[in-house]
Amino acid sequence: MDTDMSGIIFGFLFTVILAVPFGKYISKVFKGEKVWTDFFTPLENLIFKISAIDPNEEMDWKKSMKAMLLLNLIFFIWSFAVLLVQGWIPILNPARIASMEPSLAFHSAVSFVTNTNMQAYSGETSATYFSQMFVFTFLQFVSAGTGIAALALIFKGLTQRQASNLGNFYNLFLKSCTRILLPLAFVVSIILLLNGVPQTFKAQQKTLTLQGDTVRVATGPVASMISIKQLGTNGGGYFGTNSAHPFENPNYLTDMVENFSILFIPIALVFSFGYYLDRKKLAWIFFGIMTLLFITFAAININYETAGNPLITKMGINQSLGNMEGKEVRFGAAASAYWGVSTTSTSNGSVNSMHDSQMPLSGGVYMLDMMINALYGGVGVGFINFFIYIIIAIFISGLMVGRTPEFLGKKIEAKEVKIAALVLLVTPFLVLVPTAIASYAVAKNPNLPWLNNPSFHGFSAMLYQFTSCNANNGSNFAGLGINNYFWNIIGGIVIFIGRFIPIIGPVAIAGMMAEKKYIPESVGTLKAESYTFAFMVLGIIIIVSALNFFPALALGPIAEHLAL
Amino acid sequence: MKHKKPLKLFELAIVKHAITSSFEKLNPLYLLKNPVMFTVEIGTAIMFVVSVITAINQRSGQGSFVYNFVITFLLFLTLLFANFAEAMAEERGKAQAASLRKAREDTPAKLVESDGSLKIISSSVLKKGDIYLAEAGDTLPADGEIIEGLASIDESAITGESAPVIREAETDHSGVVGGTRVLSDRIKVQVTTNSGESFLDKMIGLVEGAKRQKTPNEIALTVLLASFTLIFLFVTVTLFPFAFYLNTIITISALVSLFVCLIPTTIGGLLSAIGIAGMDRALGADVIAKSGKAVENAGDIDTVLLDKTGTITIGNRKATNIFPINGADKSVIMKYCYLSSISDSTPEGKSIIELVEKNIEIKNGEYENAKFIKFTAETRMSGVDLPDGTQVRKGAWDAIKNYADKENGVLSQAEKVVTEIAENGGTPLAVTVNKKLLGVVQLEDIIKPGIKERFERLRKMGVKTVMVTGDNPLTAKYIAMKAGVDDFIAEAKPEDKMNYILKEQQEGKLIAMMGDGTNDAPALAQADVAVAMNSGTQAAKEAANMVDLDSDPTKLLEVIEIGKQLLITRGNVTTFSIANDVAKYFAIIPAVFSISIPALNVLNIMKLSSPQSAILSAVIFNAFIILALVPLALRGVKYKPIGASALLRRNILIYGLGGVIVPFIGIKLIDMVVSLFFH
Repeated sequence: MDTDMSGIIFGFLFTVILAVPFGKYISKVFKGEKVWTDFFTPLENLIFKISAIDPNEEMDWKKSMKAMLLLNLIFFIWSFAVLLVQGWIPILNPARIASMEPSLAFHSAVSFVTNTNMQAYSGETSATYFSQMFVFTFLQFVSAGTGIAALALIFKGLTQRQASNLGNFYNLFLKSCTRILLPLAFVVSIILLLNGVPQTFKAQQKTLTLQGDTVRVATGPVASMISIKQLGTNGGGYFGTNSAHPFENPNYLTDMVENFSILFIPIALVFSFGYYLDRKKLAWIFFGIMTLLFITFAAININYETAGNPLITKMGINQSLGNMEGKEVRFGAAASAYWGVSTTSTSNGSVNSMHDSQMPLSGGVYMLDMMINALYGGVGVGFINFFIYIIIAIFISGLMVGRTPEFLGKKIEAKEVKIAALVLLVTPFLVLVPTAIASYAVAKNPNLPWLNNPSFHGFSAMLYQFTSCNANNGSNFAGLGINNYFWNIIGGIVIFIGRFIPIIGPVAIAGMMAEKKYIPESVGTLKAESYTFAFMVLGIIIIVSALNFFPALALGPIAEHLAL
Repeated sequence: MKHKKPLKLFELAIVKHAITSSFEKLNPLYLLKNPVMFTVEIGTAIMFVVSVITAINQRSGQGSFVYNFVITFLLFLTLLFANFAEAMAEERGKAQAASLRKAREDTPAKLVESDGSLKIISSSVLKKGDIYLAEAGDTLPADGEIIEGLASIDESAITGESAPVIREAETDHSGVVGGTRVLSDRIKVQVTTNSGESFLDKMIGLVEGAKRQKTPNEIALTVLLASFTLIFLFVTVTLFPFAFYLNTIITISALVSLFVCLIPTTIGGLLSAIGIAGMDRALGADVIAKSGKAVENAGDIDTVLLDKTGTITIGNRKATNIFPINGADKSVIMKYCYLSSISDSTPEGKSIIELVEKNIEIKNGEYENAKFIKFTAETRMSGVDLPDGTQVRKGAWDAIKNYADKENGVLSQAEKVVTEIAENGGTPLAVTVNKKLLGVVQLEDIIKPGIKERFERLRKMGVKTVMVTGDNPLTAKYIAMKAGVDDFIAEAKPEDKMNYILKEQQEGKLIAMMGDGTNDAPALAQADVAVAMNSGTQAAKEAANMVDLDSDPTKLLEVIEIGKQLLITRGNVTTFSIANDVAKYFAIIPAVFSISIPALNVLNIMKLSSPQSAILSAVIFNAFIILALVPLALRGVKYKPIGASALLRRNILIYGLGGVIVPFIGIKLIDMVVSLFFH
């Protein structure tokens, strides 16, 4: 118990301590300043030359977003096509895995292009090595790069004075991949390799078990995928059971390294905001707001998971290890709860335990975490979501001090608020409306083979599913049969809208702010670097975002908890 | 302030009008522009249908008729209260405007025809460009500009100030306002506005909900509130299938009640009232704003340009002493000073005459056949050429310095006197006779009492004050220091104001200024908030976005506070409204599910007596909180210049935290009363 806790506390502190200097490094990359990874320049220039892109072309927000959508469309077409024909590709398919069925290929491509990584397939049986590498691992890099580049546009927008240029999307995107993701992924892969995560092109390995049976054990280029899966807040595993699988996450050390990787870039990006805008205190305040909620959530879940299930305790069964259903013994209850909060905070979605088997309130916290979706958040997009909360908080508190609201010297006016209000609508709509449709369908046709559990828990499963889709998290609450038309199609739509509207909206706001005049601060200006304002942002997150889901959560996890 | 009795918050006649008009405003087409209240109206309509159904069919599963009817009635009250708030603000504005306008209705006008003959017509048919004659005892029939003559005018009907004012053609004080009375002399006035188009009429348009243009801030808030409303629509409507899945039936009344309680009805209901009340307060301060945006902008002002004379100092400078230079005889200099000031009609000139007359005797004949030299902005000197060829000139030091003979020692001796006067806040005027420097007149300013405190208050609001004066830099600096202004423009020429405004705007600042003269017009047009004095020229009034009927130069400070109050009231009520939702969730969610999911009763932390009374209490609270906040909306939240962060902390505590706590207490208390009816 005590070693469990100290492992978590040390792990978190270690992540933050390293994230601060890395945030500084990221801001240098965004600004195009000299960094030690400049040796990538020839490679980058070659890529620009081949793709006939001028990396110095100035782009306003509309042009940048067009570039982003175009690039993502190309990634989608490539992935969809490869998955459709993977069985006919003669190389890197030792296990002779067949091509994917079109709807599954479609769902998988959408899910990975959007950094969601919701998997309706099992990697070991449905994806060739070629697909694992050139579709899934590839998309895990570029979808993360897309999010980071979008955030870089916003940073630029906030520093511009009466200029529409937000930087070059292609340039920021490529540099995010080569200079931020690639070096880190390289280091993490090596650590994983040293701890026994496989990296091979050989076919499945035959092993004789103690019972004398011969089993075929799936393997492949795993380590290279796991590192970027965690670093890029992707979460899509090489194997079906994700990070609970011993080849993905062999021991406690790899667990801590992977948990570190989940949080590292999202936290570093918060600090990079401080370095980029030279507002370090503000970055720390934002980090403080996120961390306050993050630690609260982690504390709740670690508490419930280590305490175990009271119903089982009543049966007289020893629960000194905590609630171990659906968990790996090598990680334990506390580390599994910490991982759960990390993976739902950051829209990562990889799991090292089954969230479905956790205590009801833990499941509720995971959902709430994904509904807020800005406690560090997905790479780039987490801070982008947080930006919307800031805009709303700035607007209301600006009125409260009697000045037209302004943030970082730029006025927040009707246009910006309109966009923020629209983005605010997206999450409640995409989570509640599809869940309502699903609930109604189940109630009308009790024979639908969707739910493994009735009542509150079944409701939680459906709510979790759409919350995860909207947040581009990708984890699921086991116990829901999702590989069918309803869940694939509606889920796909939710994933798609939940990805792009919350990126385009805030980038547009930043683009509009960039064009505005800079207003110097006066005594009457509300300083964002104040605890009062931090309290306001926290209040907005809780009342405007979290409270909207109170009725739904009351009918799922809260009711289940109270019924225990 | 000295005048008019202030309007009571709830004047009986106004309340009566407002009640009638709250019913008229139920028209859905009218409510459509307020998305929050429009959805409440739809909810009321739905509940009305449900009531009718339950009256016909006792077994509809929607609860009793009485219960549904009571909910319907409460929702209807919610709507009425919101309409009442807006109507109150409107009626108060109209009452204020009407009392200002009363005087001018149907006064006879003496129209001057093109052939010069007079024709008596009604003021209401006067057109822009018409010329009318007004003599002692006449009430002026329309706003206009004096084109001939001068008159003393009693403006008390509009400003409440009983002292008559002088208005004269071809000066900066040529504007007259309809409704005021001529006390002496006769003037010809050219009408500057068509009747019905005067500033006052424009202002009345701003306090009428239907015609009013929303300000950008208000639009932004409306959009945000509409978004919240839509979110709560998803939240409540989806509860129906959720409950269906859990084999629970939610009554329509519970869903509609939850929806109406969650959407921000408090701010939605009061938003328009708050905006109109801001205009009312401006009117109450005798300021006519041409747009709501101008008043709101006033709250954002960073820098205020203020003319020294009349704003910072009382009236005009007075001559207090005359210093001879180079051993000249004091009485001789006094005589020349006198001569040079006879034709000088400026207050300074008159004060010199006063000073001299107190000291020496002047014979009338001494200035016969003299040729008077008028002051011009170019020479910045005035004086007289006597028949014997003596040239007397008097003027600002820097002008005289260039003009006078550069005699050895004299200039530097004078320079010493000048500097001494200037350093002590006085204004030196040098006097020369035949280009020989003979003496220096000391003019002094008297700083208005209480002005320093007002500037201090502005500084705390984050507003920089800039004094504009024609004085030399030394004098200006002294007065600036004494009055506590942050910056000054000395030796200001008309274009200096403009340049200062442009410079500040370049840095992204918002500038306010007050002006009256035609030469102020370009600067007024450029400034973000420009207040023209009613006594000013038509050009100035056209260029400005507000007109101050009192022609009180310190009015800007009040306008800034009104602007800030407007935004703060809006922000605070919004925060209060949203914070209320916490308690309402805890009241309604357990009530809705208490029977089918008894476990959720734990959430009934207020221990409300029954599900029905819980829902009723929340709806009653929701309706009456609007009524309770009407005075706040009309009066506005008091603004305290304590710095933005401190102000935010204070308002979050009162309206944010208060907004979380008050409904818990309110709903509990209402429940205790309501539950009596259930037994």
